[in-house]
Amino acid sequence: MLATALLADSSGQALAHASAWAVYVVGAAMIITGALGVILLRNPVHCALMLVITLFGIALEFIDQSADFLAAVQIIVYAGAVVILFLFVIMFLGVDRKEAIRSEPTRFQRPLAVVLGVVVLVEILALSRVDHWATGAPSQAGALDGPGQNVQKLGQSLYTGYLLPFEMTAALLVIAVVAAVVLSRRHNQSAGEMREEDQEEVLSGTAASQSDHGESQ
Amino acid sequence: MTVPSAWYLILAAVLFGLGATGLLIRRNVLVMFMCIELMLNAVNLTFVTFARDLNDIGGQVNVFFVLVVAAAEVVVGLAIIVAMFRRRAAATADDIHILKG
Amino acid sequence: MNAAYLIVALPLIGALVLLFAGRRITEPASGWLATVMAAGSFVCTVIVWASLLGRSSNDRAVQKNIFTWIPVGSLHVSAALQLDPLSVLWCLFVTGVGTLITLYSIGYMHGDPSYSRFFFYLNAFIFSMIVLVLANNFLFSFFGWEGVGFCSYGLVGFWFSRESAAVAAKKAFVTNRIGDFGFMIALFLMFQHFGSVNYSVVLHSPLPAAFATGLALMLFLGAVGKSAQIPLYMWLPDAMEGPTPVSALIHAATMVTAGVYLVARSAPIIHFSSSAQWVIAIIGVGTALFAATIACNQNDIKRVLAYSTVSQLGYMFLAEGSGDYDAGIFHTVMHAFFKALLFLSAGAVIHALGDEQDMKRMGNLRRYLRITFPAFMIGWYAIIALPPFDGFWSKDEVLAAAWHKSPALWAVGVVTAFLTAYYMTRQVILVFYGEARWSSHAADHGAAGDLGVGGHGHGSGEPHEAPRTMTVPLLILSVASMVGWLLNAPFGGLDFISKWLAPVFPPSVATPFTVPTGTKWAIGTVAVLCALGGALAAFAAWREAVDRPRLEPAVLAHGWYIDEGVAATVSGPLARTAAAFSFVVELRWVDGLVRATSSAVAASGRQLRRVQTGYLRNYALGFSVGAVAILFYLSLRAGS
Repeated sequence: MLATALLADSSGQALAHASAWAVYVVGAAMIITGALGVILLRNPVHCALMLVITLFGIALEFIDQSADFLAAVQIIVYAGAVVILFLFVIMFLGVDRKEAIRSEPTRFQRPLAVVLGVVVLVEILALSRVDHWATGAPSQAGALDGPGQNVQKLGQSLYTGYLLPFEMTAALLVIAVVAAVVLSRRHNQSAGEMREEDQEEVLSGTAASQSDHGESQ
Repeated sequence: MTVPSAWYLILAAVLFGLGATGLLIRRNVLVMFMCIELMLNAVNLTFVTFARDLNDIGGQVNVFFVLVVAAAEVVVGLAIIVAMFRRRAAATADDIHILKG
Repeated sequence: MNAAYLIVALPLIGALVLLFAGRRITEPASGWLATVMAAGSFVCTVIVWASLLGRSSNDRAVQKNIFTWIPVGSLHVSAALQLDPLSVLWCLFVTGVGTLITLYSIGYMHGDPSYSRFFFYLNAFIFSMIVLVLANNFLFSFFGWEGVGFCSYGLVGFWFSRESAAVAAKKAFVTNRIGDFGFMIALFLMFQHFGSVNYSVVLHSPLPAAFATGLALMLFLGAVGKSAQIPLYMWLPDAMEGPTPVSALIHAATMVTAGVYLVARSAPIIHFSSSAQWVIAIIGVGTALFAATIACNQNDIKRVLAYSTVSQLGYMFLAEGSGDYDAGIFHTVMHAFFKALLFLSAGAVIHALGDEQDMKRMGNLRRYLRITFPAFMIGWYAIIALPPFDGFWSKDEVLAAAWHKSPALWAVGVVTAFLTAYYMTRQVILVFYGEARWSSHAADHGAAGDLGVGGHGHGSGEPHEAPRTMTVPLLILSVASMVGWLLNAPFGGLDFISKWLAPVFPPSVATPFTVPTGTKWAIGTVAVLCALGGALAAFAAWREAVDRPRLEPAVLAHGWYIDEGVAATVSGPLARTAAAFSFVVELRWVDGLVRATSSAVAASGRQLRRVQTGYLRNYALGFSVGAVAILFYLSLRAGS
């Protein structure tokens, strides 16, 4: 821990303790606020921004637990790429439409969802209080503490013990890219040829951009 | 000296609960996706906490993988959403109900 | 003696051939085939009879095994024949009369579309009747018993497209069934008491009186059904819906005598129960009187003869109940001759008039039917029991036995004789004398079969005589009715039948008695006087008028309303119960139960459908519920 390394004496320990707590509290506040914002705000752009706040909070918690590399990766990948992707799609599909928060077609959905959320929470807490879930087998991946940087240990474990999953996730990423290209392609169209729906729209005098006249799916 | 891991676990559990509730409540597909991200993050936090608790780097390696897969999932999911809601900008998850019995 | 197998086999072969290849054998070939088979059976019976004659009179019971039918545990039943005087005698007249009637049917059924089916039934019937009389145990006999019941059903309902015929066939079968129930109970009792149903066991053991009474009455119930006694007689008049040869064969000469045969065969059992004997005698004479009253007011030529058959059968049972089996059997044989003659003659009349059966529309036929008229007259003379033809001798024996049993029975028998003469004379006058009430149109269309199929108008406008195949049997039966009595005349040692049957009815079975000759003369004279009186009364009443309402009360025409009574009390409620079961229980409850199952499944499916809302979020909710449940279970497990 950064704080503990800097202050080695008892008052330093108390300070380190306090600073750890302070980081925790700030991080927790950010997380909770962001989460509540995501689930309660109407405008999807606002939701995306609140998500960013949550992710930052998570990164703080990572730091508080000496997972430095992961905190960095969290910021770069999640907050930096994933949320940007979200924002791209929100813009693409129309940003100024607001979701009708008030109405709900299936009336039991909301109360039941809240109840379920609470129950899940309680159950997880109950489960986490139990001691003997851990098998007690020695770690295959290596120790967390000990000499060496966090990154170094992470890298060593990743490229030796977890090599196969690593390669598989690499393949997964390639597949994801290909899938994205295929899925968002427009079908049956060669260059210069219009799709049938577009042809009909032009002929009947309506334009494709008037999405209110969308046909049934 | 440091915050006991129970606090982190509680925090992660709360975050998970919020994410689950939000997934079930919201109708905008993208916001539903974001709630999934919340849940994933809660899991990540738990992993890291237990990694420190059990002195096992494997927890953090797992977080690594979760991150990667979450990214891939977002890519594919958004592509699907784009493909589905290309025409209708205000399309919500409720609009796909052809499988109604 | 091996000819005995042929007796059974020949009609069976004929029936099977006609069953499977009947369509391809055209008329009249199928008719001749059936006749030849029946005649062959008769010839074999004669051979067997002759060989039995060659033995001494104590040695005249031969067993011939065909195959072992039921070897189960302690019950051993074989399909085997017993050739003894009683069975061979019965077989003689069954096959003899059967052959004549089959010959007669060749001409009578000419033109009928189902020609071969008729002869199949005839041969099958003769086969069943032979099995019935020749069997050596009660169960194999019962097989024949049921067979004749079935063939009777098939023959009465031969023209099943006519609803009255189909109904009559059903009625015959169902009424017979009630009698069969008695026979079956008797079989069960036999098995329970003796462990066997063979004649050799059942008929040669002493029996306690109560058991004998029960067994005898059950057997008699079977006989009542088959021989149309009270209370199971109703099927016989309706069975006249069948073609006339059927009426002659089955309902005059053979099937209805099966009951008489059964009682005769069971004589050793009946011997032990005097109450059973009284029951048989009383029912016999009661039926005789009852049927005779109804016959006085029937207009259908065949129905008169049907009720007459019921009445004469009553006489036979009267004799057997009085202990004189020889008299009963003698009367059976005589009755077979003259009743078959009467029926066949009636058939010729019907044929001549183009299916006219109402006597009120006949008349003055003696001028036109030169052969049928004498034949009918001979039969008439025989049945009213005037000497010297058949009926007199046999009825005299019966009445003598009745007198010995009880003068009251004799008195009823005498009144019945009076009525018999009356209604038969009435019939003769209405049909052959008086004014011609038939239309020339009807006569012109004289056709074979009562359906008027294939009419062959002769253009003469007159009733024409029957073809040779029909008149030859008439001639033979006429001769038999005139001189048949010589088989058992009570004088000059001519009592062949009694001597022949002596081994079957030893004194231990039928206590011999003699009626003093003077009494017999007196009885005979009274009987003759009654017959003459009845004939004269009918002559006087019916000579001029055709309709005499005072002499034809409706109650007699309707058979004392017995049929209506049965319909109201039994078949009405039965039909209603059946309808209730069919439409309420079956349709609503049983079907409803089944349908309820299916509709429950469908309804639950409909309810389950509502889970499929189509909304993604609802499905996600489902996921969450499941996940929560699993977590709950895990936390429970963890906590413990």
